[in-house]
Amino acid sequence: MRKVKSLKDLEKWREDILLKQKRHEMIISVCGGTGCQAYDCQSVKDAFQKELIKKKKLKEKVALKVTGCPGFCERGPLVTILPQNIFYQKVKPEDVSEIISKTIQNGKKVERLLFEDSGAKQKLTSANEIPFYRSQMRVLLSRNDLIDPTHIEDYLAVGGYQSLTKALFKMEPTAIIEEIKTSGLRGRGGAGYPTGKKWEDCKKAPGSPKYVICNCDEGDPGAFMDRALMEGNPHSVLEGMLIGAYAIGASQGYIYVRHEYPLAHKNAEIAVQQARKAGLLGKDILGSGFNFDVEISKGGGAFVCGESTALIASIEGRVGEPRSKQIHTVQQGLWGKPTNLNNVETWANVPLIIEKGSKWFSSIGTEKSKGTKIFSLVGKVKNTGLVEVPMGITLQKIIFDIGGGQQNGKKIKAVQTGGPSGGCIPASLFHLPVDFDSLTQAGSMMGSGGMIVMDEGTCMVDVAKYFVHFLQEESCGKCLPCREGLKRMGEILDNITEGKGDGESLALLEDLSEVVADTSLCGLGKTAPNPVLSALRYFRSEFEAHIHQKRCPAGVCTPLIQYSITKKCTGCGACAKICPTQAIEGKKKQIHHILAELCSKCGSCKDVCKAEAVMIQ
Amino acid sequence: MDLKTVDLIVDRYQEKRTTLISILHDVQDRYKYLPSEALRVVASRLRMDINEVYGVATFYKSFTLVPQGKHSITLCLGTACHVRGGPKILRELKSLLHIEPGQTTPDKQFSLNVVNCLGVCAIGPVIMVDQKFYGEMTPIKAKKIIEKLNYKPSGVKS
Amino acid sequence: MKRETVNITIDGRLLEVEQGTTVLQAGRQFGIHIPTMCFMEHLTPYGGCRICVVEITNNGSKPFVDTACTYEVKEGLVVQTQTPRIIRARKMLAELLVASAPNVKIAQDIAARMGLLKVRFPMEDNRCVLCGLCIRMCYEQMDGRALGFAGRGMDRKVSMPFEVRPDTCRLCRGCDFVCPGVVVPCHGVKDPGEFCGKCVRLEEIPNCCEFGTFGCFCEHNPL
Repeated sequence: MRKVKSLKDLEKWREDILLKQKRHEMIISVCGGTGCQAYDCQSVKDAFQKELIKKKKLKEKVALKVTGCPGFCERGPLVTILPQNIFYQKVKPEDVSEIISKTIQNGKKVERLLFEDSGAKQKLTSANEIPFYRSQMRVLLSRNDLIDPTHIEDYLAVGGYQSLTKALFKMEPTAIIEEIKTSGLRGRGGAGYPTGKKWEDCKKAPGSPKYVICNCDEGDPGAFMDRALMEGNPHSVLEGMLIGAYAIGASQGYIYVRHEYPLAHKNAEIAVQQARKAGLLGKDILGSGFNFDVEISKGGGAFVCGESTALIASIEGRVGEPRSKQIHTVQQGLWGKPTNLNNVETWANVPLIIEKGSKWFSSIGTEKSKGTKIFSLVGKVKNTGLVEVPMGITLQKIIFDIGGGQQNGKKIKAVQTGGPSGGCIPASLFHLPVDFDSLTQAGSMMGSGGMIVMDEGTCMVDVAKYFVHFLQEESCGKCLPCREGLKRMGEILDNITEGKGDGESLALLEDLSEVVADTSLCGLGKTAPNPVLSALRYFRSEFEAHIHQKRCPAGVCTPLIQYSITKKCTGCGACAKICPTQAIEGKKKQIHHILAELCSKCGSCKDVCKAEAVMIQ
Repeated sequence: MDLKTVDLIVDRYQEKRTTLISILHDVQDRYKYLPSEALRVVASRLRMDINEVYGVATFYKSFTLVPQGKHSITLCLGTACHVRGGPKILRELKSLLHIEPGQTTPDKQFSLNVVNCLGVCAIGPVIMVDQKFYGEMTPIKAKKIIEKLNYKPSGVKS
Repeated sequence: MKRETVNITIDGRLLEVEQGTTVLQAGRQFGIHIPTMCFMEHLTPYGGCRICVVEITNNGSKPFVDTACTYEVKEGLVVQTQTPRIIRARKMLAELLVASAPNVKIAQDIAARMGLLKVRFPMEDNRCVLCGLCIRMCYEQMDGRALGFAGRGMDRKVSMPFEVRPDTCRLCRGCDFVCPGVVVPCHGVKDPGEFCGKCVRLEEIPNCCEFGTFGCFCEHNPL
């Protein structure tokens, strides 16, 4: 750690770091993201450390890093060996000594830890050979496996903070704003407002001091792009904020991290402290005369705090109640002062645009949606994880080429985009390109990037009900339509899924939805009916089956389904043993039978049946 | 009740109003809930109305004004976890612990909470037990985790 | 010193109003009536009940819906208070209100004004419509600082800190005075033909508490 007071100092430090890193012939990069933590990557890292300590000679030549999330969480723990670019997945502590002896010492691959392409039945060595990664364009997430987020030196080694020096010493604030405007960067939080224009409006707004805020609330369930960025490369976000603050004329920044992301919060804190110690935050940064510091704010568990006015209220120490946007936050935001609020991914794009130029950025994507976007592809699809692709790519490509298509033999039915403010897009529309505008016409929106794939086993009425209940819980409760309207919508959907719907239910649901959308105070209420309306638009037949035939076609809504055992049953008795209500009877080696009156429909029997003899109807 | 810790926490955050939520988190970590006396100290130190602090403490779901159990079990009910069977896990946890989300077992061993998205969606359904994440949960796996915690002697770190 | 004025149009009528006025106030100055619930003169506008929504076009923008009590006038603003979209919205809001609090007279008043005949939701019996008038009265006019909103969403309620009356409360009864659920009482739904007449016999002590105490904030009826 060093304190740098000038451009020269910074460059000298960078040179020294690169020199030091040259000593290392190999890097073992263990993913330390929350996903891999759930698979105990910590023990894998500890095992590597132990082995390296034992083999002292190796320790000098091999660097062990705990790095950011590369986005392929379900294959974790993930370990990448550089420079050979060998990608090991599902690594266990027991595998470590073999990796050291075979790969590190003898340059051979441990075949069983490599990814196997089930189609070609072939083992693939590097990440970029894997179909999941092959079609991606990893610009923001590309350096996650080289950077230990708790070491500012790693960020400097890959060229970090060079964009900042360019902005501070070679560009005027207005030129920076022009560059961002020309690039076509639009907010990545969901609304897609042109970032350059926002910065310009904030700069022009009267009042001081000015603030910049990074929105890392990421409340959309199913989305974790911002988590990966903030955990894995917090300095890229910090650099973006520095450049933005300089351009706008702000002197204080806040990073608002939701409470449910403890590691992102921790790594952001460490990054800020290290940047401060290094002299990259604080007074007279690098001798430029520019003062800027950052405070990390924590969320308290409220989805509504992802909305900009609610977020600002939360930072001010108040409840997260949104206010009318008659006066925009760039005019009067935090403490009534001009405030520029942007999403994590938006800020992370800024250093790249300054480094590589607006022309480069605008060459990617479509006419109105430039650059790359990170999506979190999750749900009923084979390969789940973070996908970074150029805007304009089709849903088909994301879900099938990158995602690998369906899992468990169930056909993919729809994809939910845009979280609780978005809607579902049926498989027939998967040819649509993904950008800010195309999905809106289909009744959904791209949103912040969450993509939840649903198959035949997903009940769309259940999904609509899920979103309404989610929003009910997250509503701040200030305005009548959202508070009461969502409650009544929830009641109607509950009735439908319990077989109590009637001919009036859908009309009432639609009427209510339109009024809630029209009269709600903030974005949460205004977009709340979207999931319901889009489900009705494309899957009305499912709703009608629930209402008129009292049937759930997908076999999900418990009051409307029945579990039964088919002739495939081998009589092993595993189901009877596990059944919590003792609802299964049958003799050994004979077909078993479920007693409908006792069945709680927990599904445990289906989970344990090896003969796949349990059926839902 | 020893309220000195509360003063120390507020000191650490330099009495800044913008850190109210962080202060409340730290107070809750220390006392396992937000005691009313602690909130009054925070309000007076930050020169805020007790009403405002009470409003904040009751608005945000991560705070509780009721003492929590020894082990906190948080189940994610985000969309990805939901379509992958999150509700089944909830049913199992409810039947094992005989409590509803937001409640604590009578022997004060377990508190059950549900949260809307922990951000580990690719490996859903996910539960978090005492700050540790477990992915790809099934009702059977959930049962095993609870049983393991039940039988650990109270002195051992779980 | 004359304040600057702007020209706006409400329901086709061209009006000149001072800057800083809200659409609701501007309408009232000229006899254009927009129904409200959570609004009261001399208390800051809240914009929570959404009953006063109007359709606004701001210099050629697409018409959007916002509350008249909070929207400040601008030059060239065009406001419509009775479009089909607005009527439909107010009717549904009234229906939601009545379904939640049928025994609160203001809910019935608004429903009657909207011509609501049928409530299609299961009825509850809340006595508080969460308009927040009591809180604003307590803070802004009476300096009692005793009431606030607690909880969130459907669990939101008006509360005293830790449900205990703080020392700053002087029992001024300002909260009762402004509460639309208390000021003009209603003794519940009557059989057809029956008329209790409480709302016209205002000289009687207005209360809806069966113990006869004035207002809602007592030990027998904690919020």
